[in-house]
Amino acid sequence: MSAAIAPENVGRIEDTPKAKRVKKRLTSPFATTAAIVIAALWTIPTLGLFVSSFRPERKISNSGWWSVLSPENWGWTLDNYETVLFESGASSANLGTYFINSLVIAIPGTIFPLILALMAAYAFAWIPFKGSSWLFVMVFALQIVPLQMALIPLLRIFNSDWLQISGSYQAVWIAHTIFGLPLAIFLLHNFISDIPRDVMEAARVDGASHTQTFIRIIIPLSLPAIASLAIFQFLWVWNDLLVALVFSGGGVRVAPLTQRLGELSGSRGSDWEVLTAAAFVSIIVPLIVFFSLQRYFVRGLLAGSTKG
Amino acid sequence: MLIGEQFLAAANIAAKRSDFWPETGSKLGQAFIAVALFAAVVGLLMFLADKAPKRGRDFVQLMLFVAPALILLTVGLIWPAIQTVWQSFSDKDGNFVGLDNYTTIFTDPTMTRVVINTIVWVAIVPVMSTAVGLAYAVFIDKSKGEKVLKSLVFMPMAISFVGASIIWGFMYEYRAEGFPQIGFLNQILVWLGGTPQQFTASAPMNTFYLIIIMVWIQTGFAMVVLSAAIKGVPAELIEAASLDGATSWSRFWNVTVPWIRGSIVVVVTTITIATLKVFDIVRTVTGGQFNTSVVANEMYSRAFRLGQPSLGAALAVLLFVMVIPIIVYNVRVLRSHREAH
Repeated sequence: MSAAIAPENVGRIEDTPKAKRVKKRLTSPFATTAAIVIAALWTIPTLGLFVSSFRPERKISNSGWWSVLSPENWGWTLDNYETVLFESGASSANLGTYFINSLVIAIPGTIFPLILALMAAYAFAWIPFKGSSWLFVMVFALQIVPLQMALIPLLRIFNSDWLQISGSYQAVWIAHTIFGLPLAIFLLHNFISDIPRDVMEAARVDGASHTQTFIRIIIPLSLPAIASLAIFQFLWVWNDLLVALVFSGGGVRVAPLTQRLGELSGSRGSDWEVLTAAAFVSIIVPLIVFFSLQRYFVRGLLAGSTKG
Repeated sequence: MLIGEQFLAAANIAAKRSDFWPETGSKLGQAFIAVALFAAVVGLLMFLADKAPKRGRDFVQLMLFVAPALILLTVGLIWPAIQTVWQSFSDKDGNFVGLDNYTTIFTDPTMTRVVINTIVWVAIVPVMSTAVGLAYAVFIDKSKGEKVLKSLVFMPMAISFVGASIIWGFMYEYRAEGFPQIGFLNQILVWLGGTPQQFTASAPMNTFYLIIIMVWIQTGFAMVVLSAAIKGVPAELIEAASLDGATSWSRFWNVTVPWIRGSIVVVVTTITIATLKVFDIVRTVTGGQFNTSVVANEMYSRAFRLGQPSLGAALAVLLFVMVIPIIVYNVRVLRSHREAH
């Protein structure tokens, strides 16, 4: 492609000023306006939710959040959060408990698949065995199987007499582990197979076994990839609704925030003082993770999408 | 300070009233024990594999590394998928019924509506998200504050579909004419002199309003990936094009777009597959009422709510079948793209 346009024919003298002019022209007034409009459209909905979650019930239902600066609509409270998090009662949101459930689901739900995937990825990358590449292609292909394909039979397995774990944390952990494996194995394999052969051979010459190589070389060298993937998997599990609905049993004992939030939006769909605060409780953790670790998140995203 | 105290007081009341804290302790304990146990088992197996007799050691170690993942995938994904395919050709009692379940999907009016809705979602979401994401990426490229501007649009990617649905449910909230509106979009309608709309309840446009939520979520993904791709376009190419007198519009179409074509295909594919599987949005906002249901939502309802697992299985298989041509197309384009380079 570059040969057709032959960059050497371009006058060298003009290089720097030209580059500057190109840059300037791209940021035309139209582009700037359009960018601001898009940024506003993408921010306003969340802002409205956030502002409203701190407004007293009567004010939320009688005035729009955009009018909060006018004196008669002014007024702030933490009551909504207090209610959704701590109030106990049959119809109360009880999100404190669900928040804990989400944590208890998401932490092992991130660690289990990551470790198993790391081990499998190492085997596929560095332990030669018969059928290795064939098996790897199969694992790769599993990424396209919608998890809906597995839900009904998997629930049957969890319900079977010899397991009977459906409606428990174990069931949700195992489901998330299984569904997280294909992508995790694929991404970690890409990363681990890029480790220089010299490093691996040096370890081999020193007499290191596979387990020693794995612990002393693979894990430390893969930390950036592990970090990206851990963020990904954590957010996926934290935000998941489908797996939780099917395998958690849906009760306050095990079900995560997303499940309760969906329920509230059905049963208390117009109690916006509850819904706004509840939604914010459920998105605060992903937002913290996202804003503090955005770099890793983006890196993982790019690694996952620029395959091919 | 006051706020913190108020909060602590509330927490204390809650703690006194209920068994919140002991329960929390025991739950976190479960998570901790599970992780510790898992680590201990993996560690112990690695240790034992290391001490295995020399002759079979390599094989034992290989099995240790690769078997757990493969067994889980076989038992938890491959075998269930095969069973689902089988179930989609059976009735509730496991008798073979041929294509009956599929016939239902394509003839029953409620079900055809579901299929059509899914097609509408897939037709709109990937194109809209990619177009807006690409435009935004180009507009803010190399601008001041690019990072912040990116975060703003990217942020919805991090939160749950359920959370996004509630955020937008609030935007769409409806109050009868004459009452103060609390949904922002209806307020805008009123400001412009229109009448408030029940956005999520009136078909067929309500499907479009649900689609907006998915576009809102996915645009950030498209933007981040395409922005990285744009930065990979060689500066000389752009310069050469502008020396030839190309306008920024034609530079964009004739230089940038062809260069990042591979990334565009990947983005469209990824979003298409995510859209096919979308379930949370429909379930949270309308519960599939008002003619808004899609295949993934219907699959869940039929299989787990309405006691029609065979029909649910057929819908799951339908989802899978819809994914395949997209993947095939993706692989083909990427392959020809790579050959062209």
